[in-house]
Amino acid sequence: MTIPKLLTHPAAGFGSAALLLFAAAPLLLTDFRLGLLAKYLCIAIVAVGICLAWGRGGLLTLGQGLFFGLGGYAMAMHLKLADAGPGELPDFMVLYGATGELPWWWRPFESPLFALAATVLLPMAVAAVIGTLVFRRRVKGAYFAILSQALAAAFALWLIGRQATTGGTNGLTDIQGFFGYDLNDPVNQRTVYFVIAAALLAVAAGVRQLIHSRYGELLVAVRDSEERVRFLGYDPARVKLVAYVVAAGAAGLAGALFVPAVGIISPALIGIVPSIEFVIGAAVGGRASLVGAILGAIAVMWAKTTLSEEFPGAWTYFQGLLFVVALAFLPGGLASLVRKARERRSAAPDDAEDVPGAGADAAPAPVPASAKKPEGVTA
Amino acid sequence: MSRYFPRRVAAPAVALSAAMVLSACGAKTDTGSSTAKGVEADTSGDTVKVGLLNSLSGTMAISEVTVRDSIRLAIDEINADGGVLGKKIRPVGEDGASDWPTFAEKAGKLIKEDRVVATFGCWTSASRKAVKPVFEKSRSLLFYPVQYEGLEQSPYIFYAGATTNQQIVPALDYLKSQGKKSIYLVGSDYVFPRTANKVIKAYAKANGMKVLGEDYAPLGSTEFSTIANKVKAAKADAVFNTLNGDSNVAFFKEYKSAGLTAPKMPVVSVSIAEEEVKSIGPQYLKDQLTSWNYYQTTKGAKNTAFVKAYKAKYGKDKPTSDPMEAAYTSVHLWKAMVEKAKSFDPEKVKAAADGVTYAAPEGEVTVDGPTQHIHKTARIGRIGADGLIEQIWDSGKPIEPDPYLKGYDWASGLS
Repeated sequence: MTIPKLLTHPAAGFGSAALLLFAAAPLLLTDFRLGLLAKYLCIAIVAVGICLAWGRGGLLTLGQGLFFGLGGYAMAMHLKLADAGPGELPDFMVLYGATGELPWWWRPFESPLFALAATVLLPMAVAAVIGTLVFRRRVKGAYFAILSQALAAAFALWLIGRQATTGGTNGLTDIQGFFGYDLNDPVNQRTVYFVIAAALLAVAAGVRQLIHSRYGELLVAVRDSEERVRFLGYDPARVKLVAYVVAAGAAGLAGALFVPAVGIISPALIGIVPSIEFVIGAAVGGRASLVGAILGAIAVMWAKTTLSEEFPGAWTYFQGLLFVVALAFLPGGLASLVRKARERRSAAPDDAEDVPGAGADAAPAPVPASAKKPEGVTA
Repeated sequence: MSRYFPRRVAAPAVALSAAMVLSACGAKTDTGSSTAKGVEADTSGDTVKVGLLNSLSGTMAISEVTVRDSIRLAIDEINADGGVLGKKIRPVGEDGASDWPTFAEKAGKLIKEDRVVATFGCWTSASRKAVKPVFEKSRSLLFYPVQYEGLEQSPYIFYAGATTNQQIVPALDYLKSQGKKSIYLVGSDYVFPRTANKVIKAYAKANGMKVLGEDYAPLGSTEFSTIANKVKAAKADAVFNTLNGDSNVAFFKEYKSAGLTAPKMPVVSVSIAEEEVKSIGPQYLKDQLTSWNYYQTTKGAKNTAFVKAYKAKYGKDKPTSDPMEAAYTSVHLWKAMVEKAKSFDPEKVKAAADGVTYAAPEGEVTVDGPTQHIHKTARIGRIGADGLIEQIWDSGKPIEPDPYLKGYDWASGLS
């Protein structure tokens, strides 16, 4: 089997991804590098959601930091409370002058079950409320992008302003344990990595099913011609809402897993800049393709680390250049390269059902709509 | 699912991952038998690596690059002098990018991949809080060069800058001695200003001073017309400024255009040193006050030599400042500690730290072993038209560090 075939056959794709993540990476990488990979995989989980909402649904979600943050803080709040022990306040609250009692909205997070559920359900609930309001009013395109970004920025500012109860700019740091396991132990750090890798595969598989279902087709139809879908008797608002809520859930899960992997969640990770970075990873890889979005997110994070280690003085220029080149010459992302190569090989493409071009409410950027035949670019 | 994920692929994959996960169960938190050990630094060769962790990009770069420069100057001097314990020092630089999680990542890289013997750097308290657990878990040493808000004492950090009782409290004492009865607090929205202002409010309450207002602007914000107008309307006797970075430029321009001047309502700043004066423009800052432990104009042969060496290396127009001096001093203090301990081992260095002295540009400094802070002289300065800061008051002798303000009754509720 040739490499492209291996990558493109879905079952083989999943198998080789699992092999890479569960066997090759832990054997080849040092503990430190494996820890970094765990972090990249978290960002890839966000990218899976963006692939669905933006790549498939045309919703430019420039504010995924909000959901990433909700999930991350939900997890970190529980872990901080567990570190402090029953009846005690987390260390930063004592330091920044919260007096006596735990704030009421911290209390439920003492329960591990509530916290775990909240990491995914809280972002989904928030997305459901925002989405219902926004999509019913037919807010779309750039307005939707600006709105979602404003919400992420507002959340970050809200957290910064409440130092005594949220840790302020510092965020929640110095997390020692993960459900009873000591995070100082490299063996447990490895376990966290495996959990994250498994979560990525599971989320990717779930979203893949969604993309290939009837709903997935409807979502692409809404992206490309919302009015026509409405005339056919469907409610586009509801279709978009599902994609938005699922993407929020993925971002929340990613945020929650990020906390034990990296040991910090802070407003610096959820404001405007990180929210844009989430999207850039997916865009560079190819936002409409699941594999593209995942590999793009990992590649961009990896490039960021490597460039900044190699050229600590000038790496930001290289990173900027990378984005410009990728978006200017490969608007469909790296995934479009693979597709082009395949199309060249099989002269008769069977992608007739494809809808080229973006719909009315897709991104303002030139859109290649790599909404290809599913088996082609997803794994 | 099975259509896309056939059993023959799924079964081995699931078995494999289950095996990996099961084999990967480490120590529990409650057993108290953590297998986590520190990361051993590499001291086998003729050289030892030290980490330099500063922001070379982002909003803090303007300040942190100068700190990196002075750390390099100190390393060059030590290497020219034969190194430490016969080994030359090789600096490994990383960019914290003004982003706290990046600081944590890079700290991990320096300790675990480069296996440095010590790390010098960080500026904002948020970056220090982000790397603190990394250094503690790996049992590696960080030398932090900037004044900060106190209330911290990590076993693996040496604090070479001032804590509150060596900078903020003396500044308040000075204002009080000048008959200032009311103050207005302006700061950037992050941990240092918020915590510093808590200390200031406690001091004011105990000393009969009125705090007429307290405003925060996001880091990097340049919108200050509202704040300047509020300050003007409040008619305070003085302003206590804990703004950081670029925001100071906008604040002082608005302050001046609101018709406020140093004789009318002086501003005492604790984050504006010579480098920042240069970028804000001395015309906006003339006669305003600062509180630090060192100025370029500080008297002494040691400082004359330091300023000369710095300008020779980096350019005649480059001023020296308190954080730069503290960073420079911290490298020399580390060398003195290592030589006293006769080892690079962090535990031995810590054990040897108490009482180590160094004739620094700011005067002789002494390490306080229990707190891992440094005895420093407080100095109030006035900004001149030439951009340099002239000392108008000092504490006379080095002040003992008291990060938790245990020696002050009014501060009893703070920690």
